[in-house]
Amino acid sequence: MYNPQLDQHKKLKHLLTIEGLPKATLLQILDTAETFIGVNEREVKKVPLLRGKTVCNLFFENSTRTRTTFEIAAKRLSADVLNLNVSTSSQSKGETILDTVNNLIAMHSDMFVVRHNQSGAAHFIAQHVPDHISVINAGDGRHAHPTQGLLDVFTIRRYKPDMHNLRVAIVGDVLHSRVARSEIHALTTLGVPEVRVVAPNTLLPADVHKLGVQVFHDMQAGLKDVDVVMMLRLQNERMSGALLPSAQEYFKTYGLTPEKLALAKPDAIVMHPGPMNRGVEIDSRVADGAQSVILPQVTYGIAIRMAVMALLAGGHNA
Amino acid sequence: MKIHIKNGRLIDPKNKLDTHQDLYIAAGQIVGIGQAPAGFTANQTIDATGMVVAPGLVDLSARLREPGDEYKATLKSELQAAAAGGITSLACPPDTEPVLDEPGLIEMLKHRAWQHNMARIYPLGALTRNLDGQTLSEMYQLTEAGCVGFTQADRPIVDTQVLWRAFEYASTFNYTLFLRPEEHFLARGGAAHDGEVASRLGLKGIPSAAENLAIASILRIASETKTKVHLCRLSTAEAVDQVRQAKAKGLPVTADVSTQHLHLTEHDIGFFNAHAHLKPPLRTTRDKEALCKGLKDGTIDAVCSDHTPVDDDAKLLPFAESEAGATGLELLLPLTLKWADLYKATLLDALAKITCIPAQILGIASGHLSLHAAADIVIFDPEQTWQVTPGQLKSQGKNTPFMGLEMPGKVHYTLLNGHITYHGH
Repeated sequence: MYNPQLDQHKKLKHLLTIEGLPKATLLQILDTAETFIGVNEREVKKVPLLRGKTVCNLFFENSTRTRTTFEIAAKRLSADVLNLNVSTSSQSKGETILDTVNNLIAMHSDMFVVRHNQSGAAHFIAQHVPDHISVINAGDGRHAHPTQGLLDVFTIRRYKPDMHNLRVAIVGDVLHSRVARSEIHALTTLGVPEVRVVAPNTLLPADVHKLGVQVFHDMQAGLKDVDVVMMLRLQNERMSGALLPSAQEYFKTYGLTPEKLALAKPDAIVMHPGPMNRGVEIDSRVADGAQSVILPQVTYGIAIRMAVMALLAGGHNA
Repeated sequence: MKIHIKNGRLIDPKNKLDTHQDLYIAAGQIVGIGQAPAGFTANQTIDATGMVVAPGLVDLSARLREPGDEYKATLKSELQAAAAGGITSLACPPDTEPVLDEPGLIEMLKHRAWQHNMARIYPLGALTRNLDGQTLSEMYQLTEAGCVGFTQADRPIVDTQVLWRAFEYASTFNYTLFLRPEEHFLARGGAAHDGEVASRLGLKGIPSAAENLAIASILRIASETKTKVHLCRLSTAEAVDQVRQAKAKGLPVTADVSTQHLHLTEHDIGFFNAHAHLKPPLRTTRDKEALCKGLKDGTIDAVCSDHTPVDDDAKLLPFAESEAGATGLELLLPLTLKWADLYKATLLDALAKITCIPAQILGIASGHLSLHAAADIVIFDPEQTWQVTPGQLKSQGKNTPFMGLEMPGKVHYTLLNGHITYHGH
């Protein structure tokens, strides 16, 4: 099948979505990230892989955390980094996405890290950049957030190395979540046999089972005997209205409490892409508890982003 | 000008004619079928060997973009496209800038179109002023100025009381309402069919229920108020069923489908192809098959191009931000022929759906080759294929999901009122 992310030699050219990527490519990214864990723990946290290259963080949607991790990752690879918050500059003056992108190409950028509130924005930009430029999707609308999906499976693999023997539950607002979609594709591609989604019908996309997941509405049933619980963030504006009656009711039905977590396997790990709404989707006792791997996720995020950039920049000899 | 069209295969669905006969034209009219009238000497003879000679096509919906959106297309470019597509009569919706809601605008548009002398245009008037869904337009005066029906195009009437009154008022004068059924709130903000593909791509969905609920309301109100309704651009399998049942009950309802929806599904969106961003959205394979079968059995009466030329910039955006619509005038015939081939419809039946049936829905005299009828004629080679390329299309809009594909059916001549408006090879 045609895949716009791969070049004619099936080498990764852009990272736009996990969907359709070969398992071998995902494993290559994860294995490369392992080698960067060491770099991040050294006193001098730099390798020269991207020396002389310019990475442009092109954020059409505000984000501090994701942009910061990409920036750190690029700098640890010795790249020059350009941060552009477009939502506050050109677009409000009526400049189109392509105008903005073409200006940055003229400034000799080598890689774009793109975040946009429209699904498909990263694909769109990737279609219109010259051949030598790579695009990394840092989140497009509800569609995909592939580096987040990768860092999540990276985290899981570190704690539960046998991916072929796992039961994973993704809980919360799947409908609006690009993270959930990327997690689902990453997990199913890596051969996780059982991926569950747990949510009320208002927060599930149509025909979600066709993505290869089992649907649960009852959180107790959905968490039973799982190895991994992946919580999703619920946006403030969706907490009360036509999707949900109130944050309190949501916490009662789909919030992760120690009692509900007790239904999972005793050694189950708890994940969250952040930023968390404590007391809405997750109880602080769980978020800060012994089973939580939420902060390691952040740490691994840097290694994953270094791995993706290194592979896109052409060959990493780990 | 006297024209003799010889050796062609004459297909006239209205008169159930499929025969090898010559056609004789004089003073803009058909003056002889099979036999020249006494004293006829042609100024021009067209050899139609191997070709089909049929009534000029009638398109139920073509946006010409004038007035107001001339950067997207102009009357000149789009009427040339119509002629190149074998279309001689077309209905145009009122969602222009300004909206076609005043008799003066209708007269001006008809006059300007007539100056080009490339096709007959039949404006559909705005059902409400400025299509705002609140105040009825001056339907009587708009009809006097040349409107053949009334529509909201893609804009809703949210207030059901206004909708009811609009039906009642239209039924007073026996006007036909052309409505694209879509429940406004359910469709709000959506860009693709609410199904597998939208879920994968993270696009906000438009559920089939948005169309099905709207049809249920429209049919109910039409039945209560005894209003003639034409349902535009069906897209769901359930819609076809509802229309089938309504017709069985004897309701005065007709329906059409766009050429796009006969051949494409949600999967054609691929990786966010903005050319597959259409209204209504492309739906599932099951829906597409139901539409094709509904067209075959007559539940769906007609095919239209739903011609919507969009400028390149408006398509050069992420999927949901891109403007919906596809250029279609030049693909109406080929895509209808393609459907006929796939669903084993005869040429006569297929051509009926783009000639006499839409003409009847619009209440106009075109769409047939009767003696003394206006000589609106298309001559095409049904076997000849051609490739859709930007250069090949006369329309200013190059936006089509069929770009690059091979099409069956090449128009060689189009005649309007007995003069040649298009000649291609």
